Amino acid sequence: MNYQLEVSNITKSYGDLKANDDVSLNIKDSSIHALLGENGAGKSTLVKIIYGSLMPDSGEMKWDGSNYNPKSPFEARENGIAMVFQHFSLFESLTVEENIILGLDGVGLNENFTDEILKYSKQYGLDINPQQVVGDLSVGARQRVEIIRCLLQKPKLLIMDEPTSVLTPQEVSDLFVTLRKLADDGCSILYISHKLEEVREICSEATILRGGKLVQSCVPQEHSQKELAEMMIGKKLTELARSNINTGSDIFSIKNLSCPSDDMFGVDLTDISLTLKQGSIVGIAGVAGNGQDELMELLIGEKATDNDVLYFDGHDIGSLNSHERRQLSMFFIPEERLGHGAVPDMSLDENMLLSRPESDKMTSRDVIDWDIVSTFTQKVISDFDVQTPSGRMLAKSLSGGNLQKFMVGRELIRKPKLLIVSQPTWGVDAGSANNIHQSLIALADQGSAILIISQDLDEILSLCEQIHVLSEGRLSDAVDMKKDGLEKISQLMVGGESS
Amino acid sequence: MIKLIPRVENSKAMILLSPLLALTLTAVSALIIFIFILDDIKVSSVFFTLFVLPLTDSYLFPELLVKAAPLMIIGLGLSIGFRAGIWNIGAEGQYVIGGIAGGAVGLYFYNVEGFWLLPLMALASIIGGMLYASIAAFLRIRYQVNEILVTLMLTYVAVLFLSAMLQGPLRNPAGFNFPESRIFHDSAMLPIIWEGTRLHIGFILAIILSLVAWFGIKKHMFGMQIKITGSAPRAAKFAGFNDNKTVLYSLLISGGLAGLAGFFEASGPAGQLTPGLPQFYGFTAIIVAFLARLHPIGIVFSSLLIALSYVGGEEVQIEYNLPSSITQIFQGMLLFYFLACDILIKYKVVLNKTKD
Repeated sequence: MNYQLEVSNITKSYGDLKANDDVSLNIKDSSIHALLGENGAGKSTLVKIIYGSLMPDSGEMKWDGSNYNPKSPFEARENGIAMVFQHFSLFESLTVEENIILGLDGVGLNENFTDEILKYSKQYGLDINPQQVVGDLSVGARQRVEIIRCLLQKPKLLIMDEPTSVLTPQEVSDLFVTLRKLADDGCSILYISHKLEEVREICSEATILRGGKLVQSCVPQEHSQKELAEMMIGKKLTELARSNINTGSDIFSIKNLSCPSDDMFGVDLTDISLTLKQGSIVGIAGVAGNGQDELMELLIGEKATDNDVLYFDGHDIGSLNSHERRQLSMFFIPEERLGHGAVPDMSLDENMLLSRPESDKMTSRDVIDWDIVSTFTQKVISDFDVQTPSGRMLAKSLSGGNLQKFMVGRELIRKPKLLIVSQPTWGVDAGSANNIHQSLIALADQGSAILIISQDLDEILSLCEQIHVLSEGRLSDAVDMKKDGLEKISQLMVGGESS
Repeated sequence: MIKLIPRVENSKAMILLSPLLALTLTAVSALIIFIFILDDIKVSSVFFTLFVLPLTDSYLFPELLVKAAPLMIIGLGLSIGFRAGIWNIGAEGQYVIGGIAGGAVGLYFYNVEGFWLLPLMALASIIGGMLYASIAAFLRIRYQVNEILVTLMLTYVAVLFLSAMLQGPLRNPAGFNFPESRIFHDSAMLPIIWEGTRLHIGFILAIILSLVAWFGIKKHMFGMQIKITGSAPRAAKFAGFNDNKTVLYSLLISGGLAGLAGFFEASGPAGQLTPGLPQFYGFTAIIVAFLARLHPIGIVFSSLLIALSYVGGEEVQIEYNLPSSITQIFQGMLLFYFLACDILIKYKVVLNKTKD
């Protein structure tokens, strides 16, 4: 068996920190190879080296058997390496097609281009509309654009960073069909993920990194999911379990919420009803772009609803803005970290002020007391294990997992009576995700209600005792897990779309 | 080869050093230009007149402060909107309307003595500027009309309105039909704070206003609101800020302050309303705001710097017969180098040792 890519003894330091310490990795021809590791394990550094955006301090690489030292991503792409990033690089104001054209080296406009996009879209089950403006697309659809953009380059090695975080079970298995097909056609795949079940399903080999060092290269099928996870984080994982599901009286209800979208590509919400009890965790599953963003906007209060639609704790809250809702002890964690839940160019201290119940005394009569603010920041940083030198660091300097822990912590230290959270662990490593899930469970155990909107079905299944599915702006009744189970959920998720 | 590499953290040293570097580069460039255009005049003496004399001369220095005051006040207002991404380009128009409003009140009470007159005129000028800016706010909020175009075009309307007023209701009845108002009586003139000069109380108010603005930006939620809105509009909604209010308040503040500056000019150095009221302060204040990186205390210094270029520029015009565009060249270079040098805060320059 030949190796498509051989990476030997790569070391890369930033000052005293060794991001990669003597790491080796061999990817066989036409194989799907997993790269596993927590945030900060050195996956990104290694991938950046392979993709030519970083130069290693020492070590060497071979591509197709000959020496390979890419000095730029351009050179990597010329060799046939393509990458789907976790953070998308798309221009929001341009259409899907324009974005794809811009991402390709040396390709101009031509009339058959739309057809070519549609061909790949059909062939690999990546549903997109080339004329749609990217700004109006959900995260899931944006990722499909990125994938197609890579496929158009006909790569020999496709690097995928956390590709399935936003896909439905059906989409994931479609993607796996795509990936296997690509591998059979001679394109190797480097698959970065923390979803160990998927890695065991699709990858023939796995390389595990921890703290910049190589832990092991192994065949993932020979290990259990738990063993892999523990190799990855270097300690035992806590099992998720609700100690006591003790639900009280109704605290939050949505009554026949209908709301046409302001956006021509948006989703109209139709007749959504839902009730949450104290101490319950309710999940809304569904494929991205089925009204999650629109629903979240209304629940947070970024857009007002009619009266007599949203009730919290006896108050009609439809016309209250998010700040006013927080005063009643409703808190929110949106899906998008940078630019929505946090301001990238502001410090963590400043970001604390996005969510500020008056009872915190962070401000009095709108005058800010920075000492109190930074006390709260410190509490979030220590209680939720946010890895950062200080609260003065800019939000954008934190890794995705750390920023997510900060955002979760910022809301949870307020002990909300109701927490509404979208995609709580999207793009977050296993260890952090485990922490976040545990803190959500702890919150519910104390009697708070939690509404989770997530496209990660595993997450919903493991946390929620009541599950609904959002599809084309309509919310299903609660799914009876004992009677109907997963099959029913999958069916509901694709429900309207199949026609 | 020279390469720019992003820094991990913003360089604190460069935040302070880059303005000095920009100043040096401006001076060097000015020197080169002078060497080319000056034939028989000594470069050093032009340099001295341009940069040093305004700081040492007992007539020119207070003039510098007189010019700095309106720039400072308008710059402060603009910087607040600019932080929020609200681009009020027409402060000049709001300045003119403020001047007319304040002046009209003074003229209405002509020869009436009273300590209340100046505050009343100031209030009228602020309201005038606010109302004028609120046209842009209304159009932007109600019909999504771009505020840059509206504020800019309304500037020309304001200037024409001034000349209509000066040929009509506000014309001096005993002024031989010149398009000028009466000269304000003493109660309508700003108190002079430096005997024998034109330096009036407006300068002190400008300093106080910048301290207030500094407090507002650092310690008040409104400062956070405009910063968040400018930096991440969705996060502003998440925080519960109403973006229409941000637009309205930023335009009202910048309009009101520009109006106040117009009144200071009319009741200060001018002493009457004339067609010469618009001095391009409203546009120059944009440079002032950006030179200061929109920081209120920085605006104190940048307005003094720009005022220096005005006063020094006028002086070399008078003494050496140099063209008036010297001032603009100087201001343009200054802004250019400031913005260019700011890149050193986020990036470091690396000289690449080429291996192959």
